[in-house]
Amino acid sequence: MLHKHIDTEDIIKHAKLSPTHHHLRNSHNVHTLAYGSRYATEDIPKYKLPEKSTEAQAVYQLIHDELELDGRPNMNLASFVHTWMEPEADKLIMENMCKNLSDQDEYPATMRIHARCISIIGDMWNAKGAVGTATIGSSEAVLLGGLAMKKRWQATMRAQGKDASRPNIVMGNNAQVALEKFARYFDVECRLIPVTAESHYCLDIKKAAEACDENTIGVYVILGSTYTGHFEDVEGMSKELDRIQEQKGWDIPIHVDAASGGFVAPFAFPKLKWNFELPRVKSINTSGHKYGLAYAGIGWVLWRSEEFLPKELIFTLTYLGSEEQTFTLNFSRPACFMIAQYYNFVRLGKQGYTSIILNDLDNARVLSLALEESTYFDLISDMHRTKGVFGFGKKSNLDSIKETIAGITELNPALPVVAFKLSDQFKAENPHVKQAALSTLLRTRGWIVPNYALPPAVDDVEILRIVVRESFSQELVDTVIADLIWATETLAASESSFDVDIFVRKHDPVADAHKMEGHADSNHGPKGRQC
Amino acid sequence: MSFVMKYLKLIIQARQADTRSPSSATNATPALEQSSRLTLQQVSRSRLAEHSTDAHAAYQFIHDALELESRPNMNMASYVHTWMEPEADRLIMENINKNLCDQGEYPVTAEIHRRCISIIGDLWNSNDAVGSSTVGSSEAIHLGGLAMKKRWQQKRMAEGKDTSRPNIVMGHNAQAALEKFACYFDVECRLIPVSLESHYCLDVKKAAEACDENTIGVYVILGSLFTGHFEDVHGMSDELDRIEEEKGWNIPIHVDAASGGFIAPFMFPDLKWGFELDRVKSINASGHKFGLTYAGIGWILWRSDEYLPKELVFTIDYMGAEVQTSYTLNFSRPACFMIGQYYNFLRHGREGYTSIMQKNFANSRTLSLALEESGYFDVMSDIHRPKGVYMSIRNPKAVRENDTEYNPGSPCVAFKLTDKFRTENPHVKQSDVPKLLHTRGWVVPNYALPPAQELTEVMRIVLPP
Repeated sequence: MLHKHIDTEDIIKHAKLSPTHHHLRNSHNVHTLAYGSRYATEDIPKYKLPEKSTEAQAVYQLIHDELELDGRPNMNLASFVHTWMEPEADKLIMENMCKNLSDQDEYPATMRIHARCISIIGDMWNAKGAVGTATIGSSEAVLLGGLAMKKRWQATMRAQGKDASRPNIVMGNNAQVALEKFARYFDVECRLIPVTAESHYCLDIKKAAEACDENTIGVYVILGSTYTGHFEDVEGMSKELDRIQEQKGWDIPIHVDAASGGFVAPFAFPKLKWNFELPRVKSINTSGHKYGLAYAGIGWVLWRSEEFLPKELIFTLTYLGSEEQTFTLNFSRPACFMIAQYYNFVRLGKQGYTSIILNDLDNARVLSLALEESTYFDLISDMHRTKGVFGFGKKSNLDSIKETIAGITELNPALPVVAFKLSDQFKAENPHVKQAALSTLLRTRGWIVPNYALPPAVDDVEILRIVVRESFSQELVDTVIADLIWATETLAASESSFDVDIFVRKHDPVADAHKMEGHADSNHGPKGRQC
Repeated sequence: MSFVMKYLKLIIQARQADTRSPSSATNATPALEQSSRLTLQQVSRSRLAEHSTDAHAAYQFIHDALELESRPNMNMASYVHTWMEPEADRLIMENINKNLCDQGEYPVTAEIHRRCISIIGDLWNSNDAVGSSTVGSSEAIHLGGLAMKKRWQQKRMAEGKDTSRPNIVMGHNAQAALEKFACYFDVECRLIPVSLESHYCLDVKKAAEACDENTIGVYVILGSLFTGHFEDVHGMSDELDRIEEEKGWNIPIHVDAASGGFIAPFMFPDLKWGFELDRVKSINASGHKFGLTYAGIGWILWRSDEYLPKELVFTIDYMGAEVQTSYTLNFSRPACFMIGQYYNFLRHGREGYTSIMQKNFANSRTLSLALEESGYFDVMSDIHRPKGVYMSIRNPKAVRENDTEYNPGSPCVAFKLTDKFRTENPHVKQSDVPKLLHTRGWVVPNYALPPAQELTEVMRIVLPP
């Protein structure tokens, strides 16, 4: 059957020219107000500041209605970031919406709460005398941790009369973007250690040790790899660096990127050694808005003591009313999310956090087991396997899970993340099925489940990943399992391969809008693009 | 017994009397009085409490603790905005859980972001700008500086020259973020001293003298935080043109328009400071200052793609949607304040922003004139003086007719005690004035002007628009 491509823009243009279509809307670049008659307002341009003001209620309604088309966070299984808080938390946030966290003089009670949070987190991570700050998220925190390591290293090298112009930093190539950003933005050579199946897709500590030299400012060790949920071996890395210090004299510190793990390990795996109890760990970051269970906008970075935060990074300013110190990359920022974090500390306590994370881990384990049982999938994540057992070569079984729940066996410490791929057996039987198509098909049911390649050097393996969060109820677990099986079987049953590329949006919609006007309508067309 | 002692005694009595076990707190909904006793007992200040607490009790405990803070509307020290309309609050709350970096999950939010960039680019006279929201001007300044550094490095490497000693030029009145950029990113910071003659901000001739082949750029500030003055962007651009002709160095300008970016387009539309000047390659502004939103939104724009080095842009594919790019220091961050900014754009439009700023300037000018009239104060800011008449000129009060053309600047009133007052009242320290004002609830800072004027202290009032 032949189909002719339909140009949707032509159709719309013709519809507009129709004699029954009296509206003045002749530009794609203008809002019409559905409530226009009610509020007697004019069309509002989208890409240029409107000349006139518009009534508050009309503006609220316009934007509110547009935003209805945004996704439903609970079905977003790609993100670690938390998306729901209790009404009481929302109320507290609203009351404190106007507060600027950098304004220490104006908001002393907020600063006291900030100090308590640092204390609480420091205690959670076994610090005595930790110093730290709230950040916007783990990105800022990782950059600050790296910057402190760079400055300390530079100071050491200069004191020894050595060249301080070629710093490097070591991390696995499973590192999330902020770690690489640090290296690139702050002119530090980035030594990415390739991950392998043997290293459980995260940092190989022996290879990391080999990559260190006298120019190494530190090693980033990740507690909760974003690709597969594994905890990198902080204790092992620390021992390797101890060995290096003995042999070569270089004292190389560790910064733990505990963006996710920082609020998981203390509650779910209290015996795991990874934090300030290891003397070589000098700084740690975490995201309050991941398993800290607050909305996006709060992270934390702590140094084991003042000694590890170089004075030259701290600025003193006097223009806000009294003398204040600042050592963050952001200055003016919302205080409300930090207050929301404190709300969680008070509300949940250790009991609450433990209960929630154990629940997340249980859900993730159930999901992992169900996917394995189906035989369609191999599990790359190991959080459902007995401690010490890794890799999908050995299938775990229900008995071992039951034993764990009974407290008999321990499972591998990891995040509640399920990373999986189509099994070799399935692929052999269904060569026409592309894994990316699963992700696309799941979208039609509202789920966002990303499909992407593992870091390079792992045989071009692509994985699908599901992050289990508090909002992921048992019902949702059941539904996503059913939908995954449905999608897989649908694709297997289809005769031809499903071309996922057609779903990929290749054009910048803003640029398209610009083109559709013919020659740029300089009054209404878009003027700039986001980067 | 003092109030504090009575209060402490009550707490101690409450703790001793309470025999309820902590674990019942989680499921019960105790009366307020009882719940506050429970929380006082359970909540430690420095460690995570062992047990959970009832939601309402947790809310009340923290709400009460925060009652002790200043009232934002009496804070005259900060430029940062603290009030929005109820409709804006509603929109913000509805979007409180959205993560701005997650474009796949929130495509409409991402589209609104694009529109904001477009709107601002147009406001600053660019047709081709590329940029991003940030958390504030600090992040934006770092990004602007970083792009300048990378472009300079690339150029030098292409010419086979040394790239190890970059420097950046700015006035000594620069706010902390500009100096932080230099310190954090290993760029030598060349701070040009300010003077009465330079209106306490960048002296463009001295800045030009400080430039050399290692200069990655000049930060020019539209709205000096100390005294509100707009630095002379056009003048600096002319100086740098001259240098390029004479020496061949092409030195860009980044305008720190943290305050001025949302003032100049409305109050001083004829002022040349934005992308209409070729040499201006990047500009930042704070949405949460005169953009009139809550703290948490800033903007950085480059005049075009060409000025944002590709090596600084990361591509990300693990969020689940199409590939995204990221060029900010923060990644996960709240989307709600960006949406609040968009609300303001639609709500106010050019008409509204202009009207609000005009009223704010009128109030600031009235305040300035009144302070002068009292005879106690010299006003160091110049926005209440006719164009071209400055504090630095003798007899600054000379002209006060119906003159609609005033000096451009931010609506801040910087003032100090007159020499006459000091002579007559030698026992009065200027720093006492803010302390007394504080007893009435006002926050007004008193601080030294930047070197080499540091012997002069000023008080500053920024009226909330």
